[in-house]
Parts: sequence; C-alpha cells; structure tokens
Amino acid sequence: MQVMKTKKQTIILQDLSIGYLSKKSKKVVASDLSCSVWSGELTCLIGSNGVGKSTLLRTLCAFQPKLGGNVLINDKDISSYKEKELAKLISVVLTERFSIRNMTAKELISMGRSPYTGFWGMLDDKDNQIIDEAIRLVKIEKLSNRLIDTLSDGERQKCLIAKALVQDTPIILLDEPTAFLDFPSKVELMQLLHRLSRETNKTIFLSTHDLELALQIADKIWLMDEKAGVQMGTPEDLALNNLKSFFAQKDIIFDPTSGLFRVENDYQREIRLEGHGVIYAMIRKALLRHKILASRQTESKICIRAEQGDFRVYRDEKLLDSATTIEELIDIINKLWS
Amino acid sequence: MKQFKHFYIFLSIFVFIFILFGLNLTLGTISIPLGSIWDILFGREVDSEIAKNIIWKTRFPQTLTALVAGAGLSISGLQMQTVFRNPLAGPSELGISSGASLGVAFIILLSGNIGGVALSRIGFMGEVAVSVAAIIGALFVMLIIVGISQRVKGNVILLIIGVMIGYIATAIIGVLKFFSNDEDVRAYVIWGLGSFSKVSEAQVYTFVTLMAILIPLSFLLIKSLNLMLLGESYAKNLGLNMKRSRFWTICCSCVITAIVTAYCGPIVFLGLAVPHLCRTLFSSSDHRVLMPAVTLTGGALALLCNLIARMPGYEGALPINSVTALIGAPIVISVLFGKRKNASYED
Repeated sequence: MQVMKTKKQTIILQDLSIGYLSKKSKKVVASDLSCSVWSGELTCLIGSNGVGKSTLLRTLCAFQPKLGGNVLINDKDISSYKEKELAKLISVVLTERFSIRNMTAKELISMGRSPYTGFWGMLDDKDNQIIDEAIRLVKIEKLSNRLIDTLSDGERQKCLIAKALVQDTPIILLDEPTAFLDFPSKVELMQLLHRLSRETNKTIFLSTHDLELALQIADKIWLMDEKAGVQMGTPEDLALNNLKSFFAQKDIIFDPTSGLFRVENDYQREIRLEGHGVIYAMIRKALLRHKILASRQTESKICIRAEQGDFRVYRDEKLLDSATTIEELIDIINKLWS
Repeated sequence: MKQFKHFYIFLSIFVFIFILFGLNLTLGTISIPLGSIWDILFGREVDSEIAKNIIWKTRFPQTLTALVAGAGLSISGLQMQTVFRNPLAGPSELGISSGASLGVAFIILLSGNIGGVALSRIGFMGEVAVSVAAIIGALFVMLIIVGISQRVKGNVILLIIGVMIGYIATAIIGVLKFFSNDEDVRAYVIWGLGSFSKVSEAQVYTFVTLMAILIPLSFLLIKSLNLMLLGESYAKNLGLNMKRSRFWTICCSCVITAIVTAYCGPIVFLGLAVPHLCRTLFSSSDHRVLMPAVTLTGGALALLCNLIARMPGYEGALPINSVTALIGAPIVISVLFGKRKNASYED
C-alpha cells in the first residue's frame, strides 16, 4: 500500500441534499450540507437517530443518488465514476449482517481483491501479499482460518476492515462499526482505525453513536443536526463552541473539564463528606445516584468520614454506624431518612 | 490441503457417475450383460437386436437425460439460492416450474376439449407440442419475474412474488382440470410426476445439446455469484453491476429450469438439495468449487434416483419425483446432520 504523507481533501460536499427519491415524491432527509474530509485522518460522523447519518453514508458510497448539490471524490463528481472505478476508490464496512456457511475469514478478506482480479477471480502472488499485509495490519493472523460464522461481532468487524484494506482504496467508509461491540472492543476498534489512518494515509470516515469515544479518538468530528446541517471541527474546537448546546439535553450535561458528557442526576439532599482521592470520588458518585449530593464544602448534621475500607457516619459529631463497603454505607444513609 | 481434499471428492464423484451410468444401462426388466453393453456402445456387432434396441432406444437416452437434467437443475438451484440469498430457493420456488406446468396443462387439457383428440395419444408430434408448451409457459413466467426483478429492490419480495405466481398458475391448472375429461387429466398428472424416460431417442440429443450450451454458459457467472454472497451493498461496492448480474443469473437459471421441465416434467427436490449437499461435502461456499461440484453431484444423484425408480423391475414405473424426495431427502439430512457436529475449525 502506497503511503503519501500529504494531506488533502478527498471528499467534499457542496450544498448537498440527501434523501429518498420515489416516483411521486422526494423525501429530503437533510439539505445544504457543505463539508469535507481529509486524508490521513479519522473523521467521525455523529448526530442523533434519524438525522440522516446512514443516508449520508449511503450517498457517499453511491448506493443512492443525491437529491441536489455536489459530492466530489478526489475532485471529481461521484456520479461521473463508473462502478468499477468507485470500487477502487471507496471501500465500505456496513452494519448489514450476512451469514455464509463454510467461508473462512481469509476467503472473506480476499473478496476485497475482486475489483482487481480477472474473470474467474483468481488471486496472484501480489494479491496474496496484499491480503497478508492487511491481515497483519489489523492483527488478525489467528482468525484467518476460522469460519466467519464462528467469529464474534468484534472479530467480524476486524475482518471486514481487513477486507476494506485489501480493496486498496484511498477512502474507507464505515457505518456504525462500533455498534454491537462491548466496550473494550469498541475502544480497540476505534484505535485500530485511528492507527490505520496514520499508517496508510487513508481517509477513514465513520458514523457512530459512541460520542465519548469519538470525542477522544477522532481527528475531526462532523456534527449533524436537523437545523444547523453539518458542522465540522476537531473535538476540542467543537467542545468550545457548539457541542454543549448541540447535545446538552435534559439529564445530560457537558463536563467542560474533561470535554466529555455525563449523565446528570439532580439531587434532593446535601451532606458532608470527608475523604480523599478515589474513595471520595466513588462515594460521591454512588450517593449522587441516590439523589444525595455529598461534598467537603457542605455543612450538615450528617457527616461521612471515609478512609480505606472504613466508612463512618456521624450525626452531630457522634458516631452512628460504620461500613466497610459503599453498598453498606448507602443502606445506612438511606435508613436515616426512611 | 483444501485443494487435495476437493480433488479426491471430485475424483470419487466421477467414479460414482461412471458406475451409476453403467448400472443404469445394465439393470432393468431384461438384464443385459456388461460385456455386450460395452460392445453395443462402441458399435461392435452384437447377436441380440433386442438388446441393441433397448440400449439405444430406451436406456441410453434415459440415462443421459437423467445425468444432464440433474446437473442442470442443480446449477439452477445453486444460482437461485445465491441470487436470493435464501437457502430455500430453488428452481420450482420462482414459479418457473408452475409456468411450465401451466403451459402443458393448456395443451394437454384443452386439446381434448377443443380438438376432440387427446394430445397424449398422437405420439411424437404430441411430445414436441408438450415440450414447446412447457418452454413457452416457463419463459412467460420468467419474463414476468425478470421484469419485476428490474423494478423491485428486495430479494425477498421477488421471491414472494415468484411463489404467488406459482399459486396463480396452480389455481388456473385446477380450473382447467375441473373442466377436462378424465383421460386428459390422467395424462397431465402423469406428466406432472416427472420422468427421465419420456424423452425419446429423437429428442434426447436436442435436449443434451441445449444443456451442453447452457451449462458452460452458466459457469461464466461464477465471479458475480461469489460477490453476491456478500449481499447487494458489498457486492456493489466491489464493483459488481448488481442489476445486470441479477438479470443474467435469473435468466440463466430460468432457461435451464424451463428446458429441463419441458423434457422431464417438473422434477422437484434436486435443485434445492444438491447445492446444500455440495456446500457440506466440499465445505466451501466458493462458486469456483461449487459450480462444478453441483454439476457432477446433481448428475450423479439423478442417476441414482433413476436407478431406484426402476428397481422394482418394471421400467420407469415409479414416479421420479417420489424417488428424488424419498431417497434424496434422507441423504441430504444425514449429511447435513453428520457435518454439523464436527464442523467449524477446518482448514
């Protein structure tokens, strides 16, 4: 795979409108989208359900026609490419599941060579070399002889990413690649994609609902909104400007110190908590879930003094009870008001 | 490793076909020793004119028909299953067989009513008329299906439409039967049971030639079939013109089914079962392996069924459709079951 370290705009949207076209009507899902994606970067598309993320991706894959505006891929309009040319330009990883009996992971990955192979689809030495290289890059050497029906969701996604690499396209589009994965696999996959964008200088563009991961790993974020269209920027720039209003709803608050979101619990009571470090933070977190705000700054009759493995509850400086786990502590606190 | 395994399986299927072909020629009401069959086939002088006649006029055409029809139906089944990505798809599921049946029903059932002569009685011309009617009926349904396939996007919808067309055809046949005389209905029912022995010496070579053109043609679709396994979006992304490939695959599959049905009647089961059998036998989903595999296995299984249909001693007595299902289904079930247990991590 050739690596050119110069960054350039590979996908450019100009006043794009997307949606569905049927005989009688035209259903516009989103319009006036103007944005671009750069090579050698991991770009994440985020937005709430139904805002048109999948439609946008399908339009960029040329699976469905655009309704207006332009999509430029490498400075040429997407509809001017033939199917065979697009196959060497854009590769995709989709959410749609398939089950193929008796196909090994390596056979699946090899399918990525189809645009380059001859009439019978036979692989030559160069093809095999590219396939081995992709397997090595994605680090799935151990999976290559497994049947795809026996793979876990995460392993499957990695195979499909290897398939996309084998297709040797400058652009890889992924539709919610982290859906259905457990948290460690999500992190692993996003870091893999980030690493690939650096190592191969490919344009990697994906849609996701994993906001926190995207904010931490992506180079650029595309925010898609019904009113504002698409806004683009580094996660940090977006955090400074738009992100807060964009996602902040009831129950979710933007934490400016970490640049991430967290669930907001409104509290009904406040008590004093004395302690340090992780213990302090954990007790505070647990109590907040029970609608009690505990902190050092609060003055109250009830006071918790916490040290490692020993949590004591005082009322007016008199010891009421003690606990060794947070679970017990919460029981004690809850009883105080019942 | 896999290549070696495939080589041995192919080799054994070849041996099977050879043995079954021989047995099909040997066994029957009149048993003819292998030696004389050899002589007859290679055109040497034989004492018995009767034996020569039986071989050339009956058994050889029948055996050849079984072999070729089995191969054709299995290819058609594999193509359908891949295009529709549905393990239950088969040549009869798209209404093609029903279309052929409808054509034949029109000819057999109406000729008695209108012309006053039961067509089944008038020999060779009748046979040709039945074949032509079957092909016209099947192609008619095929045109509808292909027409719809260019407009409808989902494969499942297309499959359901095919099944619905099948129901309509069956319903019209029912009406025709109701207004026909018993003799014609019986002739139609017998045609509907399917048989490899109906193809006469005169027609068998037309049939074999047609299939010898169509079967290699269907091999040209191998790469697109492999891509279609991944589903429409992935296939398209890998540069496949989905509309065109689907059109040609459905056409190919339908024409093969139409011709086989025209000559042998609606043969069920083979087209559905052989692809499954081969996927398990060869533990592969690669059509470069599967296409030759189903061609040979389909032929072999049809020969076996034909042999069993004649076992009781009277030639061509058992309806082939009962045999294909009764004998073939347990084989397929057992192979699928046996494999499932120790399947998974094989190289």
